[in-house]
Amino acid sequence: MAALSREAYGIMTELRLETRALSRRFGALVALQEVDFKLAAGARHALIGPNGAGKTTFINLLAGALPPSRGRVLLKGEDITDKKQAARVKLGIARTFQINRLFRGLSVLENVCMSVAERVGAAPTMFYPVGRRTDVIEESMHLLDVLKLAADAAHRVSELPYGRQRLVEIAIAIGLKPDVLLLDEPAAGVPSAESHIILDAIERLPEHIAVLIIEHDMDLVFRFAKRVTVMVGGALFAEGTPREIEDNPQVRAVYLGQAGRG
Amino acid sequence: MNAAIDFASILLGGLAAGTVLFIVSVGLSVTMGLMGFVNLAHGAFAMFGGYIIVLAMNRAHFGFPVALALGFLGTAALSVVLEQSLYRRLYRAGELDQVLLTIGLIFIFMATLTILVGPQSQPLQLPSELGGQINLGFMQYRTYSIFLIVVGALIVVGIWLAFERTRIGAQIRATVDNRRMAESLGINVDRLFTITFAFGSGMAALGGGLGAEFLGLDPQYALKYLVYFLIAVSVGGLGSVVGVYYASLLLGTLDFILKLYLPKGGTIFIYVLTILVLLWRPQGLFGRKSA
Amino acid sequence: MSTEAIPAAPATTLGRANHPAARLLIARHHLRWWETLPWLAAAAFYFVFPDYLGFGTSLMITILFALSLDLALGYAGIITLGHAAFFGAGAYTVGLLAFHNIWTEPITSLMLAALAAAAVGVASGLVLLRTQGLTLLMLTLCTMALLQEGANMAHDFTGGFDGLPSLDIAPVFGVFEFNPLYPDTQYLYTLAILFVCFIFIRTLIYSPFGQSLTGIRENLLRMHAIGAPVRRRLVVCYTISAALAGIAGGLWAQTNAYVNLSALDLDRAATVLIILILGGYGRLYGAFVGAAAYMALEHFLARIYPTAWQLGLGLLLVVVALYARNGMLGLGEVIWRRYRARRTAS
Repeated sequence: MAALSREAYGIMTELRLETRALSRRFGALVALQEVDFKLAAGARHALIGPNGAGKTTFINLLAGALPPSRGRVLLKGEDITDKKQAARVKLGIARTFQINRLFRGLSVLENVCMSVAERVGAAPTMFYPVGRRTDVIEESMHLLDVLKLAADAAHRVSELPYGRQRLVEIAIAIGLKPDVLLLDEPAAGVPSAESHIILDAIERLPEHIAVLIIEHDMDLVFRFAKRVTVMVGGALFAEGTPREIEDNPQVRAVYLGQAGRG
Repeated sequence: MNAAIDFASILLGGLAAGTVLFIVSVGLSVTMGLMGFVNLAHGAFAMFGGYIIVLAMNRAHFGFPVALALGFLGTAALSVVLEQSLYRRLYRAGELDQVLLTIGLIFIFMATLTILVGPQSQPLQLPSELGGQINLGFMQYRTYSIFLIVVGALIVVGIWLAFERTRIGAQIRATVDNRRMAESLGINVDRLFTITFAFGSGMAALGGGLGAEFLGLDPQYALKYLVYFLIAVSVGGLGSVVGVYYASLLLGTLDFILKLYLPKGGTIFIYVLTILVLLWRPQGLFGRKSA
Repeated sequence: MSTEAIPAAPATTLGRANHPAARLLIARHHLRWWETLPWLAAAAFYFVFPDYLGFGTSLMITILFALSLDLALGYAGIITLGHAAFFGAGAYTVGLLAFHNIWTEPITSLMLAALAAAAVGVASGLVLLRTQGLTLLMLTLCTMALLQEGANMAHDFTGGFDGLPSLDIAPVFGVFEFNPLYPDTQYLYTLAILFVCFIFIRTLIYSPFGQSLTGIRENLLRMHAIGAPVRRRLVVCYTISAALAGIAGGLWAQTNAYVNLSALDLDRAATVLIILILGGYGRLYGAFVGAAAYMALEHFLARIYPTAWQLGLGLLLVVVALYARNGMLGLGEVIWRRYRARRTAS
């Protein structure tokens, strides 16, 4: 990795997202307990753990799709715990879903335009046609260009192979120009022949965005993440660089299994 | 003392009306809770079964119990045929398609009965044992109404016991609770639904026949009372037998009283009450809240 | 592997907008030649079938009502069996104003009808649109039934079951009189109103607002996740839809010079739903096609063989629900696409 300039380093260590004692229960089931988590600007942070460990619940709490039972969520130092999902999006948090949530009947371009239009405030206008907002369309096309989806721009999402649909899912989130990007298993369900396009896209995300990514695909984690957090049973189990996590015997026992890597 | 007797007779009248509503609606509540299928044609099944029962007695001169059995079985059989051929195809479809299919079925039922039997109302000849008045100790009351109330209570207890104590009841409760989990446990959800649908439609037939005396029985039945069945089910809570029982009794009693004292537009209070309840608890009084 | 970061500032030339996808989107709202057909047909109808102007007027009112429902149902995905509540609100506004001799000018009466219906729409929308599915369906039903019962109870004002007959409607622009024997004024007036309303609806559909409604219908969770104020959009859409239904109701009252409880009936609400689905919802012209087909069939069949009409309609609905969910226009699209595919293949 290239050495970071002093300036870049200063930006990098700024705290973007933080949780304090974040908890969530569903009746008697404790999905998340007392999670203290920090996400710095420019972070490339992976969240791993066994199924049912509470990772998606955590993302839902961060995004505002679910209210916590206890604890606070802070964005750039400001308490956003009581803010609903739409407000958090405006403040700079974007997320993707584990299973694609796309506008299947619309074209790829229209899908991305949907989020770009929301962001720039074009969406509520009623009295001129969509075509007039060439700024929205241009920006969306540019985004598709960079993500190498331009060839599919006119195609309906439902016609795309699953891997490229997953990419559209990411494109929609990036269209919101977020400061914090929460990716819920972006490579999930993507055939291995196509997963490189997801990896490429994630690697080329702007440096200043803080990225939290839930993944099971260890190749992706080791290639992409600078820090890894392990979550087990709704609580933080271990945290460190990918190497540290890989070498941690307790983590191995609980999650990576004896086979491990290397 | 007179006021108490008046009150009691109004209450009993309302409970009888509510019981009929319950017997028809219980099937709808369970099938909607089980499969989430908006079956607006449920009233049409009640109408169809009612016609079988009434015609069996009036034209073929079968006895009351035999006619009821024929109505139950005949309607259950028809419902299985329709479920396998039509309903099954729209389980994954949206509400709109289900609404459309079942509205179409309503029209088909209505037109067919008009063609086969005629547009006029079919009167129910009560068997002599159930006619007249019965002595309740402190007052006399219509035997048939008391009969209805008792039958209704027996049915709700019976169904509740079936749900709580039998294996199939447990399976139904599990599937209503969490369908995917139930499937992964090996429960044959499709077969369960066919059985439940048949039973529910049979119950509707019983309700149609038993209630023919004061709800009337003509080809418009399926549409006339549809809103009431839907109110009973949604206010009670989908999938809850106890819920639809209480809601039906409440609705029946309220409607009975309103028809007595506010015949012109009294039903507005029923709609207001329904709206208030559904706004307060969208899942119904006894329904499950989807997380 | 490119290391270009995303996204850089977009180019200011229209370079990217030249991509075929972008051009499609930009030109989406352009008028196509066949969009003039309904209006040409309506104009021709006036000259070719002068004895059927009453039917034509009724048809156009139904089209407007179905269009209003399409906005809520076809574009925003709000499933309602209670849309006649707004039709009735508009009809009774016009009727009450005319019957009690408060106000008879037709065009401003329509505006008041739209306002009244919009008021009902925004009030019920704010309250009901928190719910979904069966609960929402029930609430829309009950709201409509409640209004109908209310109108029945207030029979001193509203005429109750008998309604308000012989409404006095002032001439349009002071010149064109409403004459029940020569429905020319009714027909042309309705046509003009329908045209204006249609332009409004079409603009709305092709606007970013309309696009976001489609997004809400297609994937509600996604819309929440991109920060769209979903409930506000739905209430606005519902209110506009209500206002348009109110105009249809007002037109109905004016052209028939009569209002009664049937304006608020479940039968009316169910019929317009059936019409829209038969024609094809979410397709702007489904209302036209569905209304024309339904009313033509009803006019010829229902009068002669009412039971057979009911049976036929029921069978048709079952077939449509199973095989042709997108109605006649949807079928047309499928056939057109297959025809195009065959042509390019050969």
